Amino acid sequence: MTALRNLFSGREVLYFLLLAVLLVVVLPLALDAFRLNLTGKYLTFAFVALGLVLCWGYGGVLSLGQGVFFGLGGYCMAMFLKLEASDMASTARQTTPGIPDFMDWNQVTELPWFWEPFHSLTFTLLAVLVVPAVFAFVIGFAMFKRRVGGVYFAIITQAIATILTILIIGQQGYTGGANGMTDLRTLLGWDIRTDDAKQILYFLCVFLLLLCLVLAHLILRSKFGRILVAMRDREDRVRFSGYDVSGFKIFVFCLAGVFSAIGGAMFTLQVGFMSPSFVGIVPSIEMVIFCAVGGRLSLLGAVYGALIVNLAKTSFSESFPELWLYAMGALFIAVVLAFPNGLAGLYSRYLEPLLDRGWANVRSRAVAVPPAQEKTS
Amino acid sequence: MSNAQDFILAVEGLTVSFDGFKAVDDLSFYVDPQEIRVIIGPNGAGKTTVLDLICGKTRATEGSIKFRGRELTRMSEHAIVHAGVGRKFQNPSVFEDLTVFENLEISYPRGRSVFGALLFRRDKAVLDAVHETAATVFLSDHLDQPAGLLSHGQKQWLEIGMLLIQDPELLMLDEPVAGMSVAERRQTAELLRTITRQRSVIVIEHDMQFVEDIAHRVTVMHQGRMLAEGSLEHVKNDPRVVEVYLGHRESREEAAHA
Repeated sequence: MTALRNLFSGREVLYFLLLAVLLVVVLPLALDAFRLNLTGKYLTFAFVALGLVLCWGYGGVLSLGQGVFFGLGGYCMAMFLKLEASDMASTARQTTPGIPDFMDWNQVTELPWFWEPFHSLTFTLLAVLVVPAVFAFVIGFAMFKRRVGGVYFAIITQAIATILTILIIGQQGYTGGANGMTDLRTLLGWDIRTDDAKQILYFLCVFLLLLCLVLAHLILRSKFGRILVAMRDREDRVRFSGYDVSGFKIFVFCLAGVFSAIGGAMFTLQVGFMSPSFVGIVPSIEMVIFCAVGGRLSLLGAVYGALIVNLAKTSFSESFPELWLYAMGALFIAVVLAFPNGLAGLYSRYLEPLLDRGWANVRSRAVAVPPAQEKTS
Repeated sequence: MSNAQDFILAVEGLTVSFDGFKAVDDLSFYVDPQEIRVIIGPNGAGKTTVLDLICGKTRATEGSIKFRGRELTRMSEHAIVHAGVGRKFQNPSVFEDLTVFENLEISYPRGRSVFGALLFRRDKAVLDAVHETAATVFLSDHLDQPAGLLSHGQKQWLEIGMLLIQDPELLMLDEPVAGMSVAERRQTAELLRTITRQRSVIVIEHDMQFVEDIAHRVTVMHQGRMLAEGSLEHVKNDPRVVEVYLGHRESREEAAHA
């Protein structure tokens, strides 16, 4: 019990429960099926923002290419669903039945070898986690062992995001090209397009997000978290305290990648398609903005940031679609200049002291009440 | 060239050149176990570069550095630390966002791998080591304070403490009393005397009073080369040393007093 208390302070538990209640109880009761599905979609970006809090906020490693991992996770999931949607019966009219429709349109006559294993759901779920982890490891190993960091690392991740986008669009016969993978229908025969299914997927998404939050919290609470802060502060001192700095950066970058990929897979499941428009530079920077607005040092802030910015994006771009990108840019500049710790920073600076004072008042009044009376209530 | 095993540190023919400029040029010196060696010399003599080379921050162009018979020139920085070499930087270099306790805890030599750090437990051995070290470096009352809020002198002490808790066999200190008040200097000299009993130490220092207090032997560097070596008394009377360093210094100090 004391061990648990060391890992979670009372206040952290309270805030975590508030978020859980909001996501599990309040939103499902307050929103209709369409809006709830939309919220579920926003939450998939919270996974990415969560990874960025660890990687950028604490580790000081800014990746402007998290869309890559979101996409890898999303595409892995989409490949499985696409294969299931391309059974013999529904593709009987194609030149080559039994392969995804876009392959048939592009004169591909045989399922490519790397598509084969995605017939298996077990393999797919593993791939969602392992593929981005391996990819992040390769990038991280190549960069951090050579001590590439800061702006250079950010630029390289952008380049990788662009390369992957071009690759996906160019290899239309294998990837579905610019349209992405669409018309995904069932998961092991379970129709994911119904309202009921979408609601279940929303709860699955919330559950996984809360799980990732707890995991991220535990990591930050361990000595690993303090080493991340130390590294951001004085990398050399960490090195000369006997730590292999690159190993820590690689690990946190891989972890952020895996979180993003889980988000991507949940996106595919809830929205029913995956396309390169979630892989490139613009979506990747948007993901950084979710994290910055929420507060890059706050895990819970990342979730609120993703929700609020996406909500603003939906409502804003419904009325002024062409202005959204400008608004987004302005928002990012404002956050960086005016409140660098985001909403979480504003909260702990202005709102929390007020709440503390209010709470202290309530408490002192409660103490004045005789204890016997308290027991009966 | 006797057996390199007798020395804790044997530096031989060490050369490093930056775009043709030789910051350290064919330098050789040997440090005995439990010896306190002070390196002095005018600015730009290459003193800090020598420490950078030993701890792996800079890679040698030529020559060898053997620590207890192990070649350091090709080892990575963290491996050199694991081998038992600790380094204090010239500017106090502590983790300002972490508390004094956390600074010392990070330096405690356990759980240095990624998974080691994830599974690290703050057990009694860690707590004892941190409290003991904090007491040694006069920071017992500041354990929960962020290191960024310490005074300059306290940061220097904290960094020394961070090295102590690593328990290195060879301790390298780059100007440990720079920027300290007179009282802090005296306290630091005392501190260094206690912590250097069990280990070898290389110190870079300009403060001659301080050098006199602690040095067993002195190495004088000038333009990347060794100018003189021996007891402080011996090098003080070397006319070349007076010429490039001490005389120059004294006349400068006189000018400052005038």
